[in-house]
Amino acid sequence: MRIVAEHLSCIYNAKSPFAVKALDDVSLTVEEGEFFGIIGHTGSGKSTFVQHLNGLLRLPSSLKRGKKKDDTVLTVGEFDLTSKKTDFRALRKRVGMVFQYPENQLFAETVFDDVAFGYKNFAEKKPEQGELETAVREAIEVVGLDYGAVKDASPFDLSGGQKRRVAIAGVIVTKPEILVLDEPAAGLDPLGKREVMSLLHKLRESWCKTVVVVSHDMDEIAENCTRVAVFTEGKVKYVLPPAELFKRTEELTELGLDVPLTAKLVLALKKRGVTIDCDYTQEDFIRKVLARRGEKC
Amino acid sequence: MLKDVSFGQYYPVKSFVHNLDPRLKILFLIGYIVAIFLAKEFLALGLCAAVLLFAILFARIPFGKVMRAVKGILFLVLFTAVINVFFHSGDAVYWDGPAVLWEWKIFHVTQAGIVFSAFLILRLFLLVICSSLLTYTTTPVSLTDGIESLLTPLKWIRFPVHELALIMSIALRFIPILMDETDRIMNAQKARGANLDSGGPAKRVKAIVPVLIPLLLSAFRRADELGDAMDARCYSGGKNRTKYKKLRFSWRDLLAFVLLAALIAGVVVMRFYPVFPL
Repeated sequence: MRIVAEHLSCIYNAKSPFAVKALDDVSLTVEEGEFFGIIGHTGSGKSTFVQHLNGLLRLPSSLKRGKKKDDTVLTVGEFDLTSKKTDFRALRKRVGMVFQYPENQLFAETVFDDVAFGYKNFAEKKPEQGELETAVREAIEVVGLDYGAVKDASPFDLSGGQKRRVAIAGVIVTKPEILVLDEPAAGLDPLGKREVMSLLHKLRESWCKTVVVVSHDMDEIAENCTRVAVFTEGKVKYVLPPAELFKRTEELTELGLDVPLTAKLVLALKKRGVTIDCDYTQEDFIRKVLARRGEKC
Repeated sequence: MLKDVSFGQYYPVKSFVHNLDPRLKILFLIGYIVAIFLAKEFLALGLCAAVLLFAILFARIPFGKVMRAVKGILFLVLFTAVINVFFHSGDAVYWDGPAVLWEWKIFHVTQAGIVFSAFLILRLFLLVICSSLLTYTTTPVSLTDGIESLLTPLKWIRFPVHELALIMSIALRFIPILMDETDRIMNAQKARGANLDSGGPAKRVKAIVPVLIPLLLSAFRRADELGDAMDARCYSGGKNRTKYKKLRFSWRDLLAFVLLAALIAGVVVMRFYPVFPL
């Protein structure tokens, strides 16, 4: 499924002293199969944008087409979110959303029940026990947990990293085609971060064709994403592949954004007269640096 | 959705009423409620309503916002009024026609009942509007400062005034935080297909469990964290604490006080010398 947004705007608390323009004329396309990154400052509108993708935030009814002349477009696959008749349940089944600190949404007595929650909700009719069990088992195993060991445990007894996996399993159990994650690795240790990221790659190959990740961690973005959108003050500033984007280290720094460690090193080396042309993943950077070293010696 | 809850939310504009001393505003509220309950006739209640209208105008709060506070208790008010229409007895006659309009077993509708219900509705509305006006125009911090200051005499009998004020300010401070949290959890569960807005009452109660449990957990976690943070900064109660903002009465407060005194005096006089008794 393709995500297309054109001229999308969103104002919180309109017509009151608290009015905030969260999105301002955002146009963005995410192709099927992408690992799409969204970066930006706190309050730049990235979370607001992703919440539009499965209809948790809806376009104001005054903007609905037909009533007023408006050029807002927001489609996810065949779902037209500017229309009133959209089946949001069907949409949410196919667009999975993992919020920040998803472990805070765990509630059931056992891991099994928590993961099964979404599956039962989206099922057309009550699923049979066997079918439910297969789905839950698959979801728990794909996030890298031992089904037999955790299925009857209370989710509150697990470690932080395990809780997060259970929460992600609870979202992907319906095998959504698009998976949207808001800061999936926040608050985890470096190993946990790497594990979550490799989990996402695994998911992209098998279950969810498109992955959209909101993140603060530029290293994460540089390593994993196919394209990156930069949000500032509700607007989209750039949409570029990381290899192009992080060439603009200075512009990004001006926007108050961090750059990956590799980009910082490239810039520092450039100042000393060594130009390294890499795609800003650690692997490529190391290889290029070593190659340069080989040239010199 | 939850962002629409307006009762008890501060409305940040600069106005005469916003600048009043919070202690006076609390006293004003208490005095005003007393006046509402002393009022025995429509004219007296009308006087109260006029004063309130005046206060709203000077607080520069949009009228719709004030009415939203009323919306929250509309059901309660109507319920009370309906009960009263059916059960209030009295043989007073206000317009041409029989005193008892309709009767069936223990239910009866009388002219007195209808008039009394109308009176009750007006009284409850005034009550809610004036209390929400206080929270619209006073920040939670200055509200608790005011309460603490007003309760100071109770310290003589070792009543933990400061602790009480602290509990209140923490509770008030956490309302918006928990509201946001609820919103977030609701969104997360909705994204997992939870159906929170439809179905019968039993179904809805069941549907709320996935929201309530994470919310409770997070409330406890936050309480723990706050307690630890206060300990870490050596918080040890109200003794020897000074205030950043000292409360002072000004000419505005005097003016408001005079208005309140006049209102209460007027209502009391009307109680003893009714103009149009009910």
